[in-house]
Amino acid sequence: MITVSQTLENVRDSSAKEVVSQCIERIEASKFNTFITVAKESAPEAAKKSKNIKGSLAGVPIAIKDNISTKGIRTTCASGILGGYVPPYDAHVIERLKEAGAVIVGKVNMDEFAMGTSTETSHYGPTLNPWDIKRVPGGSSGGSAATVAAGEVPLALGSDTGGSVRCPASFCGVVGLKPTYGVISRYGLISYANSLEQIGPIASNVADMTHLFNVVAGHDPRDSTSVPGEKDYTNALVDDVEGLTIGVPKEYFGEGIDQAVEKSVRDSVHRLEDLGASWQEVEMPHTKYALAAYYVIAMSEASSNLARFDGMRYGLRLEKDHDWHTTYSEIRSQGFGEEVKRRILLGTYALSAGYMDKYYLKALKVRTLIKQDFERALKSTDVLIAPTMPTPAFKLGEKISDPLTLYMADVNTVPVNLSGVPSVSLPCGFSNGLPIGLQIMGKHFDEETIIRTAYTFEQNTEFHTKAPEVA
Amino acid sequence: MREESLKLRPYLDEVGVMIGLEIHVQLNKLNTKIFCGCPLDYHDDGPNTHTCPVCLGLPGSLPVINRKAVEYSIKVGLALGCSIEEHTQFYRKNYYYPDLPKGFQITQYDYPIASKGYINIEGEDGEVRIRINRAHMEEDPGRLLHEGGSIERSKYTLIDYNRSGVALLEIVTEPDIRSPKEARRFLDKLRNILEYLDVVDTTLEGSMRVDANISLSGGSRSEVKNISSHKGAERALLFEIVRQKNLLRRGGKVVQETRHFDEARGVTVSLRTKEEAHDYRYFPEADLVPLKVADLAPGIAKTLPELPDARRQRFISQYGVTDDHAKSLTSEKQVADFYEQVATEVDPKLAAVWIADVLKGELNYRNLGIDAFAGANMVQLVKLLAWDKITEQSGVEVIRTILDEGGTPDDVVAAKGLLKAGGDLVTAAVEEAITENPQAVEDYRSGKQEAVNFLMGQVMKKTKGRADAKEVREMIIQRV
Ligand SMILES: [Zn+2]
Repeated sequence: MITVSQTLENVRDSSAKEVVSQCIERIEASKFNTFITVAKESAPEAAKKSKNIKGSLAGVPIAIKDNISTKGIRTTCASGILGGYVPPYDAHVIERLKEAGAVIVGKVNMDEFAMGTSTETSHYGPTLNPWDIKRVPGGSSGGSAATVAAGEVPLALGSDTGGSVRCPASFCGVVGLKPTYGVISRYGLISYANSLEQIGPIASNVADMTHLFNVVAGHDPRDSTSVPGEKDYTNALVDDVEGLTIGVPKEYFGEGIDQAVEKSVRDSVHRLEDLGASWQEVEMPHTKYALAAYYVIAMSEASSNLARFDGMRYGLRLEKDHDWHTTYSEIRSQGFGEEVKRRILLGTYALSAGYMDKYYLKALKVRTLIKQDFERALKSTDVLIAPTMPTPAFKLGEKISDPLTLYMADVNTVPVNLSGVPSVSLPCGFSNGLPIGLQIMGKHFDEETIIRTAYTFEQNTEFHTKAPEVA
Repeated sequence: MREESLKLRPYLDEVGVMIGLEIHVQLNKLNTKIFCGCPLDYHDDGPNTHTCPVCLGLPGSLPVINRKAVEYSIKVGLALGCSIEEHTQFYRKNYYYPDLPKGFQITQYDYPIASKGYINIEGEDGEVRIRINRAHMEEDPGRLLHEGGSIERSKYTLIDYNRSGVALLEIVTEPDIRSPKEARRFLDKLRNILEYLDVVDTTLEGSMRVDANISLSGGSRSEVKNISSHKGAERALLFEIVRQKNLLRRGGKVVQETRHFDEARGVTVSLRTKEEAHDYRYFPEADLVPLKVADLAPGIAKTLPELPDARRQRFISQYGVTDDHAKSLTSEKQVADFYEQVATEVDPKLAAVWIADVLKGELNYRNLGIDAFAGANMVQLVKLLAWDKITEQSGVEVIRTILDEGGTPDDVVAAKGLLKAGGDLVTAAVEEAITENPQAVEDYRSGKQEAVNFLMGQVMKKTKGRADAKEVREMIIQRV
């Protein structure tokens, strides 16, 4: 894997243009189907221009999840319905990256409209896990995590609606953050479930992830849910957990958890204890309802968020036009994949008259209870630690035909999105050569403490130094 | 408003007409749209020139509430006597139509910004109160242009998103309206209030769009959509009453349905029945955080201008005009402003008569607004009348001439020789008329009253109508 400091050094020694062109060569030679669109024309241009930019990421290549709008670069959400859509504007995070001198080398693969845990629902085919190409990279930001793990790029942006940054970070052995809801502007992020999701940074180590986070976080008046204020998160890169209190929620080690995963996570807690932290078991009794509530809310929101894709103004167009209703349904029948259709249908049902109370409104009540679980657990503790995923990466095709089993994999990630708290996943062990992810969750707007905990763990362990053999 | 008149009012009159209105008011005096920064001055520009990612509903775009639109809505709510919600809360109304670029409309549902108000109007049986159920904020969809006429016959449809995202305030009444005429009066009164508040330019096309619910004798109600004028509302409702009455008389049943008003043909056509009704799947819009507005209302209340009803009362007490004149003068803001400008310089009562009884009628007849007649001209005219320089008949002629040909009262009076004839001239004319018509004099003396009229006509002819008729009549009677 490549670090940012190494990349900046290479930029100094040769040039940004050289660094970017080598990066594009690696991407084009990739065996993992990480990219949907490579910015072969705009990236070298941007690299040349980055010479005059004083930003902290001047000349550093970055991969962008394909649901983040990039002016002039095709943005498909890995869906057939957005084939050929080129946004006329940049997302807020893209503006920030450009100001910092980062070079967008292309758009990476994902589950269609971020709906999935394996990057297998992409219209452009699945991304493969660089640690084992028979396995999934996780999802939905599978391309973002896999391209970093494969050493193709040092940095990537993903988005996390129910674990979509943390799951692939865990499966690919990289670091990924889901910030507090409202910390990174969603302006330009194509919504799947807008009350749950955040854009999140992915990198090969905690420091690089934090540098990227620092660039893209901050207030944006175009997103009403964006919170005011700017912080320098790099101040949290401190190797010290003396006095830190860790909560270990027992519900996160429930049925179906892999033994090796449990052992690695518990060992990690003990490692932090050795470094000066203390830990206690905490109870989060409503965790068992989180999955059901999450899927009802996410699908309900999705059914409305995806209504705009009608092929009228952009995206897929049919050979022959019919009347409005026929055209609308034909474009959507052809343009959307199976999982997207499933979620739109289920979400529409959950919001329908007569069912709304039973599903959507009930899910909102559960959401409140989950929030209270977090508030209670974090009253006596500073961070919560649990496995990101109950297992290491599963095999391609293993779960895709059984949606329920696949949804179950999100059991430890979705509560975080329901409550809005920040959470980071970083490597903490291996099982049969597959990485295991450690999830560190924190209080609202207290990214600093989870970054400090993650950084300290990383500084005192070796897991992040391992990389898959990609040659 | 007297509460008792509400109680005295029969709940249903003999026909049992119950009408409720929903009025979509475009807050077109704002600078920008409701959720983006696009300017509203698109009326003279080409289609799709005033758009951005937000009002085009491009993927990834997000709405941001226009605070001024919230303030305008509160202003209207307060003027209608409504209570104001503590926070704004928006919902998504989900339905698919090409004028709706997001596939849903951002609107209010539970917690409308304003609720429980009223407007008093002149009803069929005196002043009545029409209750306002709610006023809620929402975004206007784009505009569809069906090439080749109607939606059924057109080969293709063009979409203009300039209108997409313009702030709307939907005002919903209780079914308190009892006749098409009352509906029209309600709409006129509402327009008047909105003009006083300076939040809507009602002259712009589509600035007030009306849907009407109507039922007879407590039966099912039909909803009539697409009414674009107040006159149209009256016509559509009249048509519906007749249609429903005929249906009932033939033993049919009125079904709950949505009907479309075809303005050109003056009829309503069925669009869809209750069974086909949409399930809009309303749910909260998470992209807009609730905005606390409870603190805003008291400040906005202080800035409310004097409203039509209050101004009417003031006209009575300050200028001593009759209630009928005060009502007529305040029914349009521009007319009331015009009156006050004139009333400060001349006798206010005389000015009221000439503006309310004469000028307004002449303007209506010509389909003109008050701005077609200069205030200074009215001042000059009322002075001529007050000083007895011209007759009332000439006064009317002055107004008509100015409206048709232009000029000032002095110009018209000079050009047409309308100055009242002096005493000597009139006396001479009376003398002449009596000498020249002995038969008429004889007739009068023998008791034929109408002979005086004949003599008056002779005098008027000689003075070319410049003599005061009443004066002439008295002079003749005295002389013979
Ligand atoms: Zn706009």
